[in-house]
Amino acid sequence: MTVSGKFRFISSDRRVREDRRFVVGKGNFAADIVPQGVKHVALVTCPHPAARIVSIDKTAALAMPGVRYVLEGAELAGATNVLATGLDTPNVPRYPLALNVARYAGEWVAAVVADSRALAEDAAEAVVIEYEPLPFVLDADEAYAGGTLVHEAHASNVLLDRTFTWGEVEKDFSASPHKLKHRVKWGRSSTVPIETFGVTASWDPWREILDIWASIQMPKYPDQTAMALKIPMSSVRVHYDVDVGGSYGVKRGIKHTVLVGYLSRRLGVPVRLIEDRLENMRGGDMHGPERNFDVEVAFDDQGIIRSMKMRALDNVGAYAGRSPFQLGKPVGAIVGPYKIKSVQYQAIAVVTNKTVQEAVRAFGQSPTNYAIERTIDEVAIRLGLDRIEIRRRNMIRHEEFPYLIPSGSTYDSGDYHTVIDKVLAQAGYGDLIAERDRLRAAGTLAGIGIAACLEPSGGNSSFEPLLNPKVGTTTWMDSCRISIDLVGSITATMHTTSAGQGHETLVGTVVGEVLEVDPDKVRVVRADSLNSLPSNSPVGSRMAIMLGGAAFHAAKALKDKLTAIAAHDLGVPAERIAYKDGNAFDTAAPDRKRTWAELVTIAHRHIHKLPAGMEPGLSVSHIMPVPMGGGLPTADGRVQMYPCYSFEFHLMLVAIDPDLGKPEIKRYVIGHDCGTVINPKIVRGMTMGGIAHGIGAALYEEFAYNDDGLLVAQNFMDYLLPSAHEVPPVEIVHHETPSPLTVFGQKGSGESGYLGAPAAIASAVNDAVRPLGIVVNSLPIKVARLGDMIAAARDKLR
Amino acid sequence: MKVELDINRERHTVDVEPRLSLLDCLRDKLLLTGAHAGCEHGVCGACTVLVDGAAVRSCLMFAVQADGVAITTIEGLSPGPGELSPLQDAFCETHGMQCGYCTPAMILAAHALLSKNTSPTREEIVDAISGNICRCTGYAQIVEAIALAAERIRGQNDPVRP
Repeated sequence: MTVSGKFRFISSDRRVREDRRFVVGKGNFAADIVPQGVKHVALVTCPHPAARIVSIDKTAALAMPGVRYVLEGAELAGATNVLATGLDTPNVPRYPLALNVARYAGEWVAAVVADSRALAEDAAEAVVIEYEPLPFVLDADEAYAGGTLVHEAHASNVLLDRTFTWGEVEKDFSASPHKLKHRVKWGRSSTVPIETFGVTASWDPWREILDIWASIQMPKYPDQTAMALKIPMSSVRVHYDVDVGGSYGVKRGIKHTVLVGYLSRRLGVPVRLIEDRLENMRGGDMHGPERNFDVEVAFDDQGIIRSMKMRALDNVGAYAGRSPFQLGKPVGAIVGPYKIKSVQYQAIAVVTNKTVQEAVRAFGQSPTNYAIERTIDEVAIRLGLDRIEIRRRNMIRHEEFPYLIPSGSTYDSGDYHTVIDKVLAQAGYGDLIAERDRLRAAGTLAGIGIAACLEPSGGNSSFEPLLNPKVGTTTWMDSCRISIDLVGSITATMHTTSAGQGHETLVGTVVGEVLEVDPDKVRVVRADSLNSLPSNSPVGSRMAIMLGGAAFHAAKALKDKLTAIAAHDLGVPAERIAYKDGNAFDTAAPDRKRTWAELVTIAHRHIHKLPAGMEPGLSVSHIMPVPMGGGLPTADGRVQMYPCYSFEFHLMLVAIDPDLGKPEIKRYVIGHDCGTVINPKIVRGMTMGGIAHGIGAALYEEFAYNDDGLLVAQNFMDYLLPSAHEVPPVEIVHHETPSPLTVFGQKGSGESGYLGAPAAIASAVNDAVRPLGIVVNSLPIKVARLGDMIAAARDKLR
Repeated sequence: MKVELDINRERHTVDVEPRLSLLDCLRDKLLLTGAHAGCEHGVCGACTVLVDGAAVRSCLMFAVQADGVAITTIEGLSPGPGELSPLQDAFCETHGMQCGYCTPAMILAAHALLSKNTSPTREEIVDAISGNICRCTGYAQIVEAIALAAERIRGQNDPVRP
């Protein structure tokens, strides 16, 4: 349903209500919540990439002051169910603490509980563990080939190896005069929020309730916690009013939660684990995709790409987790914004002796976008075509929407060519090229970066049955409950945590828009998991669509109810009643009306005046499924993935100091189309933050391992996060192509910027170094490596 | 051991272990939870407080070292219950945050800048916050918030036109 006409509050530049508590330091973060008598956990971790745990001696640790308990893997695994994984891989079990064998450096082997975190850390050093080091494998290609096995019982390192063929791939390849094949790599990085993961669990054995406060952003968190702990889900109460200090996908501390949940039940006291940075980076299981792409395309003389073969090999780390599904989500935008007629896609996930992956912003889409865009650039170079012109030729045109792609998703809407026009106009494309050439003439390496890509949004789970036919979960819901109380104030309830996305502002704005009241007067609260409606948390760039949609429908139902009450009380048909600013009047006799206060009073107190059979009170819940969701994949793996497709087009100028190899972004313009914008401040912030994150992934951030299998980038001095110095001013050019599938025409924007920034930076760097005969096909493009490549190339040219 | 701390213009006597960081002391002993732990090795800046007006990482300082200095935390900036300082209000106006975790430290770093310089250039603002990592915003709306606050603070001293 699309609402036509002007909005009153939607799209207006309103403040974000959450901000008031954060600017005064009154956020309610996981570490701020300290129940009486809480005990603290510190972890003992494995120093080897693979090792058999021969013995664990807890004696010295237990003798230290304030130490309450030392838990090892055997006890925990004996008392809990294995952690849920997405794929059907029963011989790759995962527990919070290693059981018999540890499979990566930093894996948790034992947990110490003490009266303070400092005492727990002291005692963790006193736990004596004897290890027998085992052979290990770090490289994805080696792991795929076999040899050293990470999980012997699985008899292979391959968790997933599926090849999909959509359309006449071989025919299109043989009919095409040109082919191009290359390998591009996406390095291992992650979102690395400034707040580590933290969780406190408190078991009340008399009420039989486990209270949980966690910095969590995860679908199915209460149910997975309950299942692992072997207690009913009705015994788990997750408090959704905890502010999450950044997540962008990764805050899925299920193993942390099962650990402290078990300890709280075992010890009868509240127990908490607030990761320190080291625990977070090497043992928190929150790394992101590490992916090798082999991409081959077939195209004609005009640069029209007819077919693509993509092989994506992802190194998911030591356990399955949820990460292999990150190869599935990109199926929904596997051709990007282009009209590629046929696709072969091989998705491979292998285990290695590295830290476990978790969902990262865009769930695998940004690496895939990078692989596609690198390929488009190379095709243009091969044919001597302009890199923007070739994109224009291949892109889906505005009038071709809705557009069905070979892998089964229909793109809802878009106007890609117009967005590009706007960006080129903003940038002054001709001047930008002139500036690049001027820099080159002055002896600097300079390049223009270009990337076009999609942000699938709305977040369903079609990738689950696609990659694991035993799973029938095709889609996810989100919900909103709105009540008008007996003195007329409005309270809306949401059913999940937030990590900075401004969901309270979203709900307030939507409810205000529909009920025609000041959004700031709408109270927005969060349920806990025992009194909540279904939500699948803010993943998949879905909340503007899903929570916004649910709030819209609930508010609309309330408005209809108020209208019906007025009609009945005035004795006129409902069609004659008009609702305006909270009051309802008879359109045939505008003086005859019922005010907000009168309608509320009837609903709550004078219920004899209600229409026959109408439920008293004013409280409505709406549970909303994802638009277009709910279908199972076809036998050849075609399925509708996310419903709505935002578009972004990046254009930048980069200069590289030829002696240092240090890239500097001189100009950055992005065109962004996420349909109707609900709050411009929020959307702008998301886009800017996504770009900053993309700059990090492209140039600075990498979880690097040494030859001994140890993570060497495990603090912020080695894992480099962009500071205000590294993020340049960015000009955002806005365009709105409303989605026909959502209540206001909105699409997702939670992953914007990040989806194309790495591709655009890679494009710019390659344009800059191409005159030296260099191709840079792996991310991150670290200064030292680029500097070495440039120096070697210049030596050769001399 | 006992330490005398001057925090937000109030004196506190606190019993601390010598190894207790100022950050943990503020959070655990004094329940001033606006200072946040991020990396605890002095890089991210989430634990920033003001020591005699200068932005300092409270994770790198022991509580016992804070005896005799004036400490300001984010809790000391708000003029009163429900009220915001001009800088805090400017952060709300531009939405210079998302998750709010780095925000108190960012505001304190900016406060230190603006108390010395009410006409900062973009470069000066960037320098002042370059020791504070924000993962959400890409910094643009933070820089704008600080520039806006500076403008408003300057405006406070402008003569009122008749």
